[in-house]
Amino acid sequence: MTEPGIKDKTAIVGIGETRYYKRGAAPTPEFQLALEAILLAVEDAGLTVEQIDGFASYSNDRNDPTRLAAALGLPQIGFSNMFWGGGGGGGSGAVGNAAAAVAAGYAKYVVAYRSLAQGQFGRFGQGSQAKASTYPMSYTQPYGLLSPAQTFAMRVRRFMYDHNIGHDALAAISLASYHHAQFNPRAIMYGRPLSREDYDNARWIVEPFRLFDCCQENDGAAAVIVTTPERARDLRQKPAIIMAAAQGSFYRQGAPAHNAPDYGTSNFKGVAPLLYELAGIAPKDVQVAQVYENFTGGVLMSLVEHGFCSPDEANEFCTVENLTWPQGKLPINTSGGNLAECYMHGLELITEAVRQIRGTSTCQVQDCKISLVASGPMVSPVSSLILRA
Amino acid sequence: MTTKTMRDSYLPPGLPAPRPSPDGLDAPFWAAAKRHELLVQRCNACNGSQWGPEFICFRCRSFDLRWERVAGRGRIFSWERIWHPVHPALKDACPYLVVLVELPDADNVRMVGNLLGDAMQQVEIGGAVEAVFEDHPDEDFTLVQWRVVE
Repeated sequence: MTEPGIKDKTAIVGIGETRYYKRGAAPTPEFQLALEAILLAVEDAGLTVEQIDGFASYSNDRNDPTRLAAALGLPQIGFSNMFWGGGGGGGSGAVGNAAAAVAAGYAKYVVAYRSLAQGQFGRFGQGSQAKASTYPMSYTQPYGLLSPAQTFAMRVRRFMYDHNIGHDALAAISLASYHHAQFNPRAIMYGRPLSREDYDNARWIVEPFRLFDCCQENDGAAAVIVTTPERARDLRQKPAIIMAAAQGSFYRQGAPAHNAPDYGTSNFKGVAPLLYELAGIAPKDVQVAQVYENFTGGVLMSLVEHGFCSPDEANEFCTVENLTWPQGKLPINTSGGNLAECYMHGLELITEAVRQIRGTSTCQVQDCKISLVASGPMVSPVSSLILRA
Repeated sequence: MTTKTMRDSYLPPGLPAPRPSPDGLDAPFWAAAKRHELLVQRCNACNGSQWGPEFICFRCRSFDLRWERVAGRGRIFSWERIWHPVHPALKDACPYLVVLVELPDADNVRMVGNLLGDAMQQVEIGGAVEAVFEDHPDEDFTLVQWRVVE
């Protein structure tokens, strides 16, 4: 009788990313970006395209798996999966679903992908231009509460109030991403360092978020390929073994009109403990973390809920020194992340987590054995992932 | 119960107008707002309040729910001052305040609204507020807004 679960049964063996663009700057349509990223991941892995037999994505990706399979001339697919929910909540979830499919035998080489050209289909940072709103948006949009920043600033405000957290913590999270982007030529903000003075002088978007607390809006695509460690032996790259993936949502986090009983939360209070239990490790074992930054305040709460510090320690833990490579206790978002590399909807955080295991990051943590990803704070559902060497 | 009303809207016209849910779930709320009454959903089985409305009571799973009028008084649970306009109608309206208000008379359900008055006023979490009904007769809806109780 084998143990239930997927621990150590699958691995990420290929990663692919298009060039990353500012929104509106991609020279090719979103669907072509998806194809390019998938082909790059196939090449990186050392597979042939015909071996791909499954797809998993999230956030209602527009690029349908069966169209991808038809376009790529795939013999057949055994898995086509969409993680419910919006924002970046499904980044790790899509990888987790791909891993589950591989472990279950539904498919052998599953691509988890995200292609997003905000310049071609509308910006996440803009409010609805519809004439009318209905349940549940009718309880927020008529009051000018329209964008993700506005939706989540309210949660972060309450968390900071409850735990007496100051602006330095948010600033440190932003500065960490921008610091790491300066080493990464792929990053949109490469060559554009951010000082604390720049951060403080930036305009308010919605209090408590200033401009550099907010993610970018970009065009691009990224993909990773999941298979078994046994199959990985015949492939080109050192596999990043998937120790655990967890997904979900805590008690009534989906309640309408900001009525989640536990409000000042990133929504990892159920997911993170399960993640560690499935992986069989503790937060102290994590050497590097990619923590989805829609907004810095979400990272703050994600760090707390993944056990890296208590709420009351957050002011002391969230410093530039602690969060930056190479000396930090826990370097986060070592490629520059959503804030400073590219808002590839958090799939670029997964490729970076893989690079840390391979030893190929531009901010490589020494002897990195365990690498964590947290996807989508404050949305519902959310997901997390732990990779090992 | 006193009802406060206002002539001019807090935000300029042009934002998405609230319309009752096509499945009928919240039509009584919007109809009552036009009468300057604040309704929340309440369970006939366990008497718990819930907001936004749902077809079932999350506490006891009864489908037997009613609409009950509640006092238009609350406490500020969280708030935000919005500086960056994300809609053409708001181009010249920033900054403005959005508050999340809990209603102690209805099991602390929360409602989103604008906090009337000076957008630069100091806002206190826990501060007492009262409902103000903001009529939009041209578009046939009324919003529930909030202002600090002096």
